[in-house]
Amino acid sequence: MHLSHFAAVVLFALFASTVFGITMRNTPQKMVRYGVYCFVLFVGAAIVLSWLMYFIAR
Amino acid sequence: MATEQKISASQGGNQGFVFLPLIVGWLVPGAGHFLLKKWGRGALLAASIVGMFAIGLAMQGQIHTGAKDILDLLSMAGDLGNGLLYVLGRAMGWGTTLPQETTADWGSRFIVVAGLLNVIAAVDAHNLRTGRKAS
Repeated sequence: MHLSHFAAVVLFALFASTVFGITMRNTPQKMVRYGVYCFVLFVGAAIVLSWLMYFIAR
Repeated sequence: MATEQKISASQGGNQGFVFLPLIVGWLVPGAGHFLLKKWGRGALLAASIVGMFAIGLAMQGQIHTGAKDILDLLSMAGDLGNGLLYVLGRAMGWGTTLPQETTADWGSRFIVVAGLLNVIAAVDAHNLRTGRKAS
């Protein structure tokens, strides 16, 4: 299976956020909100750090 | 508050070995929650952890079989968190192909993190069983 680095990041974030959401909160609504929050942070941090490394390498 | 939850958990018919959801949840991803009749959560946890493990293998990730240094030891500890998936992988010879893709190292990390997430899920099942977590 050949995945791009970004696809790997998105899959990683999806699975980890699902587990975090279920295990760290008590009610379904809070689980969904926390899961989405974690997903956005995972993917957002990856994008920001990637651009940062891009400019450092130039 | 915590005492009330523990009392309500013990009065809720949860008899038997208190560590059973922890052990079963570690051996089979999501099974700890299935034992507690949390079907939806168990299914999502199982799909996430098994999916992560399977995608890690498909990306030519390695299952650690021994420890040459401290990083290998930590990675192997993470792999062991997969429970029976790790045993199955070792028995079937999965995760031993030589990596030919640049994302193969990601695959190894996927397998390690799947194990760590499984440990978190098993501890969550234990907390539900003891009443430390409300619902």
